[in-house]
Amino acid sequence: MNNPSPLSRTSYPRIAPLYRFQWEAAQNAYVLLFPEGMVQLNVAAGEILRRCDGKQSAEQIIADLRIAFQSDAIDDDVEAFLRSATSDGWVEWRDGATP
Amino acid sequence: MNAALNPAPMPLWMVAELTYRCPLHCAFCSNPVDFAKVESELSTEEWFRVFAEARALGAVQLGLTGGEPLSRPDLELLVAEAHRLGFYTNLITSGVGLNETRMRALKDAGLDHVQLSFQDSTRELNDFLSSTRTFDLKRRVATLIKGHGFPMVMNCVIHRLNIDHVDRIIDLALEIGAEYLELANTQFYGWADLNRAQLLPTREQLERSEAVVAGYRQRIGKQLRILYVISDLYETRPKRCMNGWGTTFMVVAPDGLVMPCHAARMLPGIDLPSARNTSLQQIWRDSPAFNRFRGDQWMPEPCRSCPEKAKDLGGCRCQAFLLTGDVGATDPVCDKSPLHGRVLQIVNGPRPVAPAVERPLVFRTPENSRRLIADTAEP
Ligand code: SF4
Ligand code: SF4
Repeated sequence: MNNPSPLSRTSYPRIAPLYRFQWEAAQNAYVLLFPEGMVQLNVAAGEILRRCDGKQSAEQIIADLRIAFQSDAIDDDVEAFLRSATSDGWVEWRDGATP
Repeated sequence: MNAALNPAPMPLWMVAELTYRCPLHCAFCSNPVDFAKVESELSTEEWFRVFAEARALGAVQLGLTGGEPLSRPDLELLVAEAHRLGFYTNLITSGVGLNETRMRALKDAGLDHVQLSFQDSTRELNDFLSSTRTFDLKRRVATLIKGHGFPMVMNCVIHRLNIDHVDRIIDLALEIGAEYLELANTQFYGWADLNRAQLLPTREQLERSEAVVAGYRQRIGKQLRILYVISDLYETRPKRCMNGWGTTFMVVAPDGLVMPCHAARMLPGIDLPSARNTSLQQIWRDSPAFNRFRGDQWMPEPCRSCPEKAKDLGGCRCQAFLLTGDVGATDPVCDKSPLHGRVLQIVNGPRPVAPAVERPLVFRTPENSRRLIADTAEP
């Protein structure tokens, strides 16, 4: 599997194929669905994962989130979340953008 | 979480038992023993409506099971509609009837995941326990599932006759490339209850198998996640059943009866509503069946005044009924239950030495089902 340098700011995170990410109106939240299970995401996690589409680098995602959350102090939190999402297998990384 | 404080729970999980038809005859099947009575299955359109109603209530996980769901020729249509509605669709299958054509059609319909059941890691035991010749076919089906890029859960029901093979079962899961392995100890309902004496593992077997699983977990890491759900008969506190009655799960039987748990059909005095003539919303919110054991108002002593009641909610209603005859009793697995002795009697009582020889297993066949219906009909 092509899984380079996770968490390098220049690589591209995306939801791993084992998972499905979607908005659930009934729960008023984004959720991650996987075989026989579900994680309900809080607002921040939802906003981060929503951007993990393989088309934006971690750098771009963080820049975008700074605007969304109107704060410059989010980098560490986003990185920490992406690190744990990667180790949970929710997110995988590519060197380049997914077409 | 106290279910009583949660007045509007959501049926996040819907289990659709599409049919009781099944080419296998597993001795541990949890289907009702009188399944042969059920003749008229919900139609394609009726299932479409049931799916839409469940989705509107917030259901998001859909388990397509049975029986063998592949026995329904409209399975692909059902998957496509469920997918369109936004469900995450899980096909729970023995693999019998799954070929390249159907696999591709299911993929195109938007199926998300396949759970494939094995009865054991060896051909002999697999075929014996399911009373069919299916082992080689299952291995081929596993290749097919992976070839189409599905996440795959391998499921194996564990009991006295195969629990000593847990290591080989794990090896098989690794070999076929499963992402998850579910080792589920037999739930003693339906056919499994008939065969309990032969199927309940001994305490030593359970302990050994737990050590084996722990060893593998350490060694193989995240390559394969092993879920090992052991029977609570050897414990002193019951499990919370179905995450709490009427809190999370809705099971729809082939004929449209809607149940708070898989085995609710056998519980006396519970009038199960039907999706044929009542909306799921009404059933979920208002039906006596779904409200019967919600929260903790129904509890008898010792549960009622127990500090642990929010944790296990008094345990499993089906187990309570099977072991005490009273569906509203404290689950006798709990050592605070006045009837806990019945559980001890089962786990410590005399057991057949060569289980399947001294007392033959009753396999889940339509013939046996009809015979059992006739037996109970005669006084
Ligand atoms: S447990 Fe066996 S007999 Fe029962 S439905 Fe599943 S495959 Fe069929
Ligand atoms: S007495 Fe009832 S509520 Fe308390 S631990 Fe036992 S089963 Fe659970």
